[in-house]
Amino acid sequence: MKNIAELEAQFQAKVDAEIKIEPKEWMPEKYRKTLIRQISQHAHSEVVGMLPEGNWISRAPSLRRKVALLAKIQDEAGHGLYLYSAAETLGIERDELVQQLLDGTAKYSSIFNYPSLTWADIGAIGWLVDGAAIMNQVMLTRTSYGPYARAMVRICKEESFHQRQGYEILLTLCRGSEEQKAMAQDALNRWWWPSLMMFGPRDADSPHTAQSMKWKIKRKTNDELRQQFVDVTVPQADFLGITVPDPDLKWNEETNHYEFGEINWDEFWNVVKGNGPCNRQRLEARQAAYDKGAWVREAATAFAEKRAAVAV
Amino acid sequence: MNKNWPLWEVFIRSKNGLHHKHAGSLHAADAQMAMENARDVYTRRMEGVSLWVVESKHITASNPMESGELFEPAHDKVYRHPTFYPLPDEVKNI
Ligand SMILES: [Fe+2]
Ligand SMILES: [Fe+2]
Repeated sequence: MKNIAELEAQFQAKVDAEIKIEPKEWMPEKYRKTLIRQISQHAHSEVVGMLPEGNWISRAPSLRRKVALLAKIQDEAGHGLYLYSAAETLGIERDELVQQLLDGTAKYSSIFNYPSLTWADIGAIGWLVDGAAIMNQVMLTRTSYGPYARAMVRICKEESFHQRQGYEILLTLCRGSEEQKAMAQDALNRWWWPSLMMFGPRDADSPHTAQSMKWKIKRKTNDELRQQFVDVTVPQADFLGITVPDPDLKWNEETNHYEFGEINWDEFWNVVKGNGPCNRQRLEARQAAYDKGAWVREAATAFAEKRAAVAV
Repeated sequence: MNKNWPLWEVFIRSKNGLHHKHAGSLHAADAQMAMENARDVYTRRMEGVSLWVVESKHITASNPMESGELFEPAHDKVYRHPTFYPLPDEVKNI
């Protein structure tokens, strides 16, 4: 039997050589725990993320918009499932993961604690929220844990339509009446900063980043991804003809990057702690879905058992 | 009672002529539900023409701790590969 230090060295050598780690292979306990936390948080975000958009299915302005939104939300349910499955390969059960969401021990992305007030918000969510998620997810297709990386490949394939349908909604509004353009601007005003917050705390305030980078769970830091997002998104706002709500935003010729203003970190931590506009509502909705689905889960199990008994 | 439905592995044949390939997993109460869910989750974009679902407990996997014993002996059997047998360039079609 090898000792832990030896196993850890072997593990790190594999990661350094870009060999994926697969289920049941030896891994440091902290690597496993970090992955369970990160993957399940990601899965919960996909699931809770359906709520602000579901709010608009019945009020979509046309059948075309409605089928697109339905398809997008259905994809998000699938993303939740791929990710729960990836987390389960690390030795945790589905029901345990769901309980962690419902009792608040597991987090989900804070962005979904903001309300979707107008139809333009559905455009802004697709463009900005899915856009920010894609930045992160493209990076994660190269994460060191095999099942997580494979789930990300599938997810990224499906995501790009999400962002495009969102942008198209805003493009249509921006080419419409003055009121419609004002709606698009209002949505950008409310979703811009929370979208930048999606990348998490600044690197200096993110104590786990160094270890996650070393294990290649993450391949880019929060600040790197945030900068990348700003750089690609600002020109898209310019094309729409609406203004990013940041007086400090300016292009820097020397660095070839946008400079942008300081995020309101008090707001960020406040929403993380559960005091955002919709935190309670979101968890209540998940709890209600779980409770109302209980009889279905039980009935399906009873039916399967009965049929299995008959077959014998 | 276990609160989780059994776990199933999903395999998809993307088109005739190719193998079924592992696509992922899901929970379902029985085979029929596993098939229906697999269709909804894994083939929404024409990813397949045929599906297999297998309850995960029926798969016997090799133990990663025994990978050395299982797979390393193949490393020193280079004579199983055609390049082990050098032939003069003049010899064609072999
Ligand atoms: Fe998603
Ligand atoms: Fe999405």
